[in-house]
Amino acid sequence: MLKQRKDFLGLYDVPGEDIMEILQTARSMKDIFTRSIKKVPTLRGKTVVNLFFEPSTRTKSSFDLAAKRLSADVMSISKSSSSVVKGETLLDTARTMEVMGADIVVVRHSHPGAARYLAKNLKAAVLNAGDGAHAHPTQGLLDIYTIWEKLGELQDKKILIVGDIAHSRVARSNIWGLLNLGAEVRVCGPSTLLPRQLEETGVKTYTKIDEALDDVDAVNILRIQLERQESGLFPSLREYRFLFGINEARQSRLKDEALVMHPGPMNRGVEIESSVADGKRAVITEQVTNGVAIRMALLYLLAGKEVQYENLA
Amino acid sequence: MRILLKNCRPVDPEMEIPERADLLLEDGRISQMKTTDNQGDSSAGSAGIETLDLKGAYLLPGLIDMHAHFREPGYEERETIRTGSEAAAAGGFTTVAVMPNTRPVADNPATIELIKARAAEVPIDITPLGSITKGSAGSELAEIGFLSQAGVRGLTDDGQPVMNSEVMRRAMEYASDFELPIISHCEDLKLAAEGVMHEGYYSSILGLKPIPAAAEEIMIARDIALAELTGARLHIAHLSTFRGLEMVLQARAKGIKVTAEVTPHHLTLTDREVLGYDTATKVNPPLRGQQDLKALQQALSQDEIDVIATDHAPHTVEEKMGTFDSAAFGISGLETALAVLHQELILTDKLDWKRLVRLMYYNPAKILGLEAQGLRTGARADLTVFDPDKNWQVDTDKFKSLGRHSPYNGWELTGKVLITIKDGRIIYDDRGDQAEILY
Repeated sequence: MLKQRKDFLGLYDVPGEDIMEILQTARSMKDIFTRSIKKVPTLRGKTVVNLFFEPSTRTKSSFDLAAKRLSADVMSISKSSSSVVKGETLLDTARTMEVMGADIVVVRHSHPGAARYLAKNLKAAVLNAGDGAHAHPTQGLLDIYTIWEKLGELQDKKILIVGDIAHSRVARSNIWGLLNLGAEVRVCGPSTLLPRQLEETGVKTYTKIDEALDDVDAVNILRIQLERQESGLFPSLREYRFLFGINEARQSRLKDEALVMHPGPMNRGVEIESSVADGKRAVITEQVTNGVAIRMALLYLLAGKEVQYENLA
Repeated sequence: MRILLKNCRPVDPEMEIPERADLLLEDGRISQMKTTDNQGDSSAGSAGIETLDLKGAYLLPGLIDMHAHFREPGYEERETIRTGSEAAAAGGFTTVAVMPNTRPVADNPATIELIKARAAEVPIDITPLGSITKGSAGSELAEIGFLSQAGVRGLTDDGQPVMNSEVMRRAMEYASDFELPIISHCEDLKLAAEGVMHEGYYSSILGLKPIPAAAEEIMIARDIALAELTGARLHIAHLSTFRGLEMVLQARAKGIKVTAEVTPHHLTLTDREVLGYDTATKVNPPLRGQQDLKALQQALSQDEIDVIATDHAPHTVEEKMGTFDSAAFGISGLETALAVLHQELILTDKLDWKRLVRLMYYNPAKILGLEAQGLRTGARADLTVFDPDKNWQVDTDKFKSLGRHSPYNGWELTGKVLITIKDGRIIYDDRGDQAEILY
C-alpha cells in the first residue's frame, strides 16, 4: 500500500498496518548503522532535495544523512540561501528543484498545509518535514518507533504528551499515529496551550500533570517556547516548570519500564530537569538515531516501485 | 423597445400574482402582466415586439446585492466596476452596493463621484457605500454629511472594523442625523488574533490559527448596545454564528433597530471545507461550524434574517495562490450565489422563492432606501430569469469577475440564471451555448 503513495504528508490517514510496515522497514534500515560500511546503494541515481524554509538543524541533518546512507544525490536549500529572499514563491522554488531532476522533495515550512500545497502541484514525491503546527510525520514515527522498539506493540499503551499541544506539529503527528495503532493518547498542558475540541480525535486532555502521568508507559515532553510566554499564553517559564516540568519527583511515580522522551531541542531546567533528561528512563538520544532510520525508510518507500527492497542488502 | 416574456413563473411576495404569466416590457418598465393563455398564442407576432418563451422559468425582480467589493478605484487588478458589473449581471443582480475599502477609501465625495461616473458606464445600478471613519482608520469620523449629499446610502468600515467604541458611538449618533444605516463588520481584531479559520475541531487538527466565534459575537453585542444607546440603525454584515443570531433576535425583540445579512457561503458551507487547505475556502468571517450553519438555515425559514448578501470579495490569482496562511480572505460570490441558494436551500425546502425575493430584493432595498416596485405594472423592468432545470458546472475560469476563487468551483449545479434584464433591456442572456453579456 505504501508504495502506491506519491507523497507522505501526515499520519492522519495512515492506517496502523502501514505504520507498522514503516517501522519494520526502519528496523532493517537501522541494521545498516551497525555495519562498518554504513551505506547501501538503494537510491543510487535518485535525487532528494531538502527544502527548508525554517531553521532546522536536527531534522535537516537527519534527512541529509538518511538520503546519503541510501546513496541518493542530495541537495539542501535553506531559506536564507534561496531565491525566497528575492521574492520567489514556495512553489516556484520547488518547481525549479523538480525540473533539475528532484525525485523526492523534503519540505519544511512554517505554514500549515505547505507540504500538501507542493504535493498537489509537483510530480515529484513530497515528504513533509514539518508544516507549521500541522504535521511532522517523521518525528511522530520516530517517537512511535522508539516506544515500539523498547516496549513492543502500541495497542493499549498509555502515552502522554506534555506541553504546547496547540502549536505543536509533533504532538499532532504523534496523536494520529498512536491513535491509529490503538494506543491511549493523553495530552497535558495549560488550557491556553490545548487546542479546542481536540477530544474529538479520541485523545484525553489533562491540565494537571500528576493526574496525566498516572500509569503511563511513556511521556513525551515538548519544548516550551519562550515566545508563547511573551504572547501571553502562560505567565512565566518558572511557573510552567513548577506546574508541568518533569522533575525527579514526578519521574519517580512512573512505572519501572516507562520511557521519558523529548523530540528536542530541550530547554533543560524548564520542561525537563537535567537529571531526568540524562536519567535511566530517558531515550532522547535514541530518538535521534531512530530518526535517521525512519527517514531512510520513508525515502525508500517514496522512491517508487522500481526501487526494490533487495537492494538494501 | 418592447419585450414580451412569455410563460414564466413570476415571484413577488408583495402582490397577488398569477402562477404562470406573460409580461410585456415597454420603455424600460413593466407595462402589462397577464396570466399565460395556453390555448392560443394571441399576443405573438405583434410588430416590434421581441418575444421570449421562458418555458416556465422563474421571473424575479432584479436582485440587489448590498455587500460587494468592486475594488475600483485603487485595486483594479482585483476587480473593476465593469468586470464586477458583468459578474453581477451573470449572477442575476441588477443593483449592487459597493464597499468603500478602495484606494483611496470612499470617505469623501470625490471618490463617491468617481465611482458613480464609472457606474454610469455600466448597465446595472451601483450604489456606493461610504466609510464610517477617515481612511477607515477607526479614529476620526468621515465627512458623513458630504457623503450623504453625494448620494451615499449606508456607512461601513467593512474589513477594518471600528475597534474604538467611543468612535462607533459617535458615528451612530452622527449617521442618524442623515438617516444612514451603519453597516458593521463585527470582529474583535485582538481576539481574532490573526487567525485564518473558524476555531473548532478542524482548526485543531489542521494546525491553522483559529478565529473564535466570540471575536464576532463580542462586537455584535457591543454594536447592539451602542445602537440601543444611540437609537441608530444598525445592520450586521455577514452574520455567521448562532450566538450572534440570538443576540440580533433579542435586540430586535427589544425594539432596537438592527438588521442582519448572511452570505450564501455561510448558509451552505462549514469549516470542514478547509480540510485540504484550499485557499478558496479562506474567508472572513470564516466558514463556521455545523451548529452555526443549521441555526442560520433555520432562521431563514422563520424570517429572522433580513438579507442574503454575497460579500463578493475578488482577489488576484497571486493573492489566492500559495499556502492557506499566505492567501487573502475572500470569495468571488456573485456568479454562484443564486444557483447555490437554489440547489442547497430551495430544492431542499429550507427556503422558498418568495422569501428569497424578500431577502435579496425588498429588504436590502428598504435598508438602503432604494426604490423597489417589484413586478408591479409601471415598475422599472429590472428582472432576473432563473431556469430551475438547467444543469451546469461551476468553472471559475469562466467567471466574468476577475476574482477566480470559489469554494464551489467544480460543483455541479441544477438551476441557473438565464436572462438578466435592466431597465427593459437584456444585459445577460445564457440561452445559447455560450453565456454572453450583451451590453
